[in-house]
Amino acid sequence: MNWLRDRTGLLGAGVAGAVLIAVVPAATEVYVQFELTLFLIFAILALSLAWVWGFGGILSFGQSAFFGLGAYTFAVAVINLGESTLPILLGVLVPALLAGLLGYFLFWRRISDVYLAVITLAVSLIFYYLIGASAGSQYRIGAALLGGYNGIPSVPPINVPGAPEQPLVYGDLYILTAIVLAIVYGGLRWLLATDFGRVVVAIRENEERAQLLGYDVRMRKLAVFVIGGGIAGLAGVLFAAWGAYVSPNVFSMTFTAQIIVWVLVGGLGTLSGAVIGCVLVQAVMTWLGEAKLADTNLVLGAGFVLLVLFARRGLVPGLRDLLARIRPPGRDPR
Amino acid sequence: MDLALVVGLHLLHAIASLALISVGLAVIFGMLRVINFAHGEFLMVGGYAFVLSAGAGVNLWLAMLVIAPAVVGMLGYLVERLVIRQLRGDVIATILATWGLSLFLVGLAATVLGYHQQGVAPPFGTIQIGSYTIGIYTFFVIGVTILVILALFAWLRWSRAGLLVRGTMQDGELAAGLGADTVRIRSATFVLGSALSGLAGAVLAPLAGVLPEIGATYVVKAFITVISGGATALTGTTLAAALFGLTSQAAAFVSRPVVGEVALLVVAIALLRVLPTGITGRYFRKAL
Repeated sequence: MNWLRDRTGLLGAGVAGAVLIAVVPAATEVYVQFELTLFLIFAILALSLAWVWGFGGILSFGQSAFFGLGAYTFAVAVINLGESTLPILLGVLVPALLAGLLGYFLFWRRISDVYLAVITLAVSLIFYYLIGASAGSQYRIGAALLGGYNGIPSVPPINVPGAPEQPLVYGDLYILTAIVLAIVYGGLRWLLATDFGRVVVAIRENEERAQLLGYDVRMRKLAVFVIGGGIAGLAGVLFAAWGAYVSPNVFSMTFTAQIIVWVLVGGLGTLSGAVIGCVLVQAVMTWLGEAKLADTNLVLGAGFVLLVLFARRGLVPGLRDLLARIRPPGRDPR
Repeated sequence: MDLALVVGLHLLHAIASLALISVGLAVIFGMLRVINFAHGEFLMVGGYAFVLSAGAGVNLWLAMLVIAPAVVGMLGYLVERLVIRQLRGDVIATILATWGLSLFLVGLAATVLGYHQQGVAPPFGTIQIGSYTIGIYTFFVIGVTILVILALFAWLRWSRAGLLVRGTMQDGELAAGLGADTVRIRSATFVLGSALSGLAGAVLAPLAGVLPEIGATYVVKAFITVISGGATALTGTTLAAALFGLTSQAAAFVSRPVVGEVALLVVAIALLRVLPTGITGRYFRKAL
């Protein structure tokens, strides 16, 4: 089993997970946990792109569309139902369905990377325009007003399944998010170790060869995309519950760019890199925002260009190379 | 009758604006195959170059037709030299680097000029058609677009420089083997595309205004138009602009402008499902 053989990575992930779930809640203030929750939610979103792009080879600019759709679906459903269990499921299913529909358009004809990038971007923009134009009391789904660019305020929190009178408060939401992150991370690693995951990576490496070997490339790409869409939707659900608020900004170009930066900083083709890159970039951005030193777009953009020009492989692959050089030769750390 | 005339003009104007924002990208992406995600910001810089120099007292037409293309042309030269050439045709890296560049330019404009809209009143005033009023500037935008496309076509088709450019695009190695300096030709073509984007940004600025984030409204439309156009950049872009301009303006007429925007994107996605290589991937293959 490939994923068990890589002991360093697994050990690291296990320790990190245990610290996040067990140590942090005991050792920190609620406010810190509240901030950390957002980082972890974004880390889940980053994982969805790391999976779709880094392993599936699909450069999707639409992860923010799935994220936003998950958030909106959850917000609308929970406002109408007053109970969060079904809305959470819907918040995963609806984006996954959209991913399936979109994937049918994208993968059934051989559309190149660029086309795919532009089409997924177009989908995000469609949502941005449509939901942005939904201000006014005639745009409502049941009891939920869509609110245009103002978004949906006072989204009810996630509650203990079946018990709407027991909402998860900040500390609980933190633990839930950490557990979800761990499950998503572990699930993706497991998936990569299965036959399905190996074929997916084979398709990324050489699509034509995989097809000639008799694998149905389209179905597998579609599956990768749907799983990625569902994970992004789940992150969106947590996001809406975290801030009790969702606005069309989740569909904006800047937000989409951010997701790609996270994955690139951490290193494409790794899962842990996406999490690390996401937390690092968000920490820097939060600090910049609070210090008001410079425009975030300016810093993000400059960092992006320099990263692509000078450090294309990102942090985690760079560290791996370093580790491999320090260790005695003859053993492949991967 | 008057209504039909006005509606027709609006449709023509929608097509012309779409063609205008896409023509620079048709050169840069359609011909050079360089994916410039900062295209919208090139338009934005062109708009600012025009608005700021016009505001400083420069002649309006000099600012629009000379300064704006020159400024963005220079920006294009720098970008090609410092970023595009370094990446040597790596598609993904180019997408990401130019996207970073786009964010950087937005941030820069916002830091220097602030996040508020600036503009210049459209020149020429208005004209009365029956009971409808329409800006004369609308005719100017349509005229400029037609001129730009015809000039570009003629230049590519009949000039020696155009021949060199076409040869380099078709087979760079062969062109280099025949003694063409393909590196310089690519660079010059990129500058040409940038200058056209600058011109477009300036021409549209009196109608749309300029603000740091305006590029985002252009870039996706421009890409969709050029991509749907397919392999023969200029003809394809013009045809796609006609199709999408008609669709979005018609949808905007019967409903709201936002529906027009969405209709454009939806039609484009559906079109690429039917014709994945674009319009000229199947039809008009011999065109330019």
